[in-house]
Amino acid sequence: MHHRKTVDPGGASGRRARGELESGVLAALWAAHGPLTARQVRELLPGNLAYTTVLTILSRLYDKGMLVRHREGRGYAYEPARDEASHTAERMHTLLERGSDREAVLTRFVSELSEEDEQLLQRLLSGHDARDGAERFDERP
Amino acid sequence: MLISVYVPFLVTAALTLLAPRPARRLAPGPAAWALACAALVTAAGWMGSLALLAFTGFAQIPQVAAEGRWSVSALRAEDPVYLVVAVVSALALAAGVLSLGVAALRQARQVLWARRECARLPGDTELAVLDDDAPQAFALPGGPGRIVVSRGMLRCLTDGEREALLAHERAHLRGRHYLFRTVWRLTAAVNPLLRPLADAGCFVLERWADEEAAARIGSRTVVARAVGRAALASAADTSRSAALAATGGAVPQRVRALLDPPPPNRTLPFVAGALLLTLCCTSLANAASDSEQMVESARRAECVARAGAVVTLQAGQPMKGPALCRAHHKHHED
Repeated sequence: MHHRKTVDPGGASGRRARGELESGVLAALWAAHGPLTARQVRELLPGNLAYTTVLTILSRLYDKGMLVRHREGRGYAYEPARDEASHTAERMHTLLERGSDREAVLTRFVSELSEEDEQLLQRLLSGHDARDGAERFDERP
Repeated sequence: MLISVYVPFLVTAALTLLAPRPARRLAPGPAAWALACAALVTAAGWMGSLALLAFTGFAQIPQVAAEGRWSVSALRAEDPVYLVVAVVSALALAAGVLSLGVAALRQARQVLWARRECARLPGDTELAVLDDDAPQAFALPGGPGRIVVSRGMLRCLTDGEREALLAHERAHLRGRHYLFRTVWRLTAAVNPLLRPLADAGCFVLERWADEEAAARIGSRTVVARAVGRAALASAADTSRSAALAATGGAVPQRVRALLDPPPPNRTLPFVAGALLLTLCCTSLANAASDSEQMVESARRAECVARAGAVVTLQAGQPMKGPALCRAHHKHHED
C-alpha cells in the first residue's frame, strides 16, 4: 500500500525521500505519549523500513536538536524536544490571530465546519464504517 | 466594435456563472489549471474591454484629439459608444487597477512573511511541530516551504492518517499551490465578478492535494478519514473558531469526493471553456483593431480638413490635399 523509495543518500530524490521520512518520524514521536525506541518508531511508520534507516533518521534528528533521548536497555528512547516548539507555538498563535490576510498564502488542512457540516461529516464517516467494516482502519490512538 | 467589445464581459459572466459548479467535480489537477487560465484570460479581457470603451470617450476630449491629431467630429460620428458608457468604463478600469495594486502589495507582503517564517521555524526539517493542544495544520510556502502541524492535530490522527496529512500538505508545497491562489486573488481584485471562480479554485486545490495524498499513500479512505477527523477535532476546539473565516461545506464535500470513486477524466468541459476563452481573446483583438481603424480614419479626416485649409490658402501649389495627407501620414507613423 505504501510505495516508499529506499533512501538513497545522494541525489535530489534521495534528499527528498529522507526529508519525508524525517517528517514521518517526527510526527510519530510528537503523537506518542512517551519516549519511543527505534523499534517502536519503526512499527508506527508505514511501509517496511529497515531498522537501520529508522535509527539513522532518529540520530540525525537528535543531532539537529529536534529530539532528546535517554538510555533504555541497550539503545535509546527518543522524545521530541519541546522548548523551542512551545515558544514557536505561542508566536504562531499570535501571528495567525492577527491577520485574516494570512489565509491568502497558507493552505490549511481543513476549513471550519458549520453545525450541519459537522453532523453530515459524522454521518459520512460512520456510514462508510458500516458499509465496509472489514476495510476499517485502526481506531483513535 | 459595436458588439465585440462587450463579448469579454459576456464570457466573464458566463464562466463565473457556469464554471464553478462543474469545476468542483472534475479531476482537480486539470480543473485548477483551467480555472487559473480562465481567471487570467477573463481578467485581461475585462481590463482590455474597459480600456477600449474608456478610450473612445477619452479620445473625444478636444485637447486629446489635438494632441493625437484626429478629428473629434469624425470620431463622434463613427463612435458607437455612449459617453456615459465610456465614463463608467473608465471608472471601473481605474477601480480595477487600484484594487489590483493594493491586492498585489498585500499578497507580496504575505508571501514574504511566509518565507521569513519558514526560515524562523525551529530546525531545518520539512515538518515543524507546534507544541499546542489546539489542532492546526497548514503549509507555509517558501523556498521548499514548511509543513506546520500542532501536537494536538498529530494526536487526534492515527498513524496512516498522519501520513495522509503530511502527504496532503506536501502536495500543496510541491505543486506551488500558493501561486494559483495568488492568481485567483489578484484576478478577483481586478474584477469582483470573478470571486466565485476564485472560491471554486481554492476548493479545487484542496481536492488536488487530497487526490495526490491518496495516490501517495495508496488509500482514498484513509485520506477521507484524516480530513474528516481533523475537521471534527478543529470544530471541537472552540477557542479557535472565532478567528477563522467560515467557508461552509468544503470539508464534507472533500470527504464525500474521497469516499466516491476517483473523478473521471472528461474533456468536454475543458474544450467548452477553451472555446469561450478563445472567443474572449478574438473579440477583444477585433474590437482593438476596429477602434484603431476608427482613430485612423478620424486622423485622416482631420488631416484632410487641415490640408484643405492649407490648399485653399496656398492655391497654385502642385500638391493636392489627400496626397499631402498621405505623405504627412507616413511621416507621422514613422
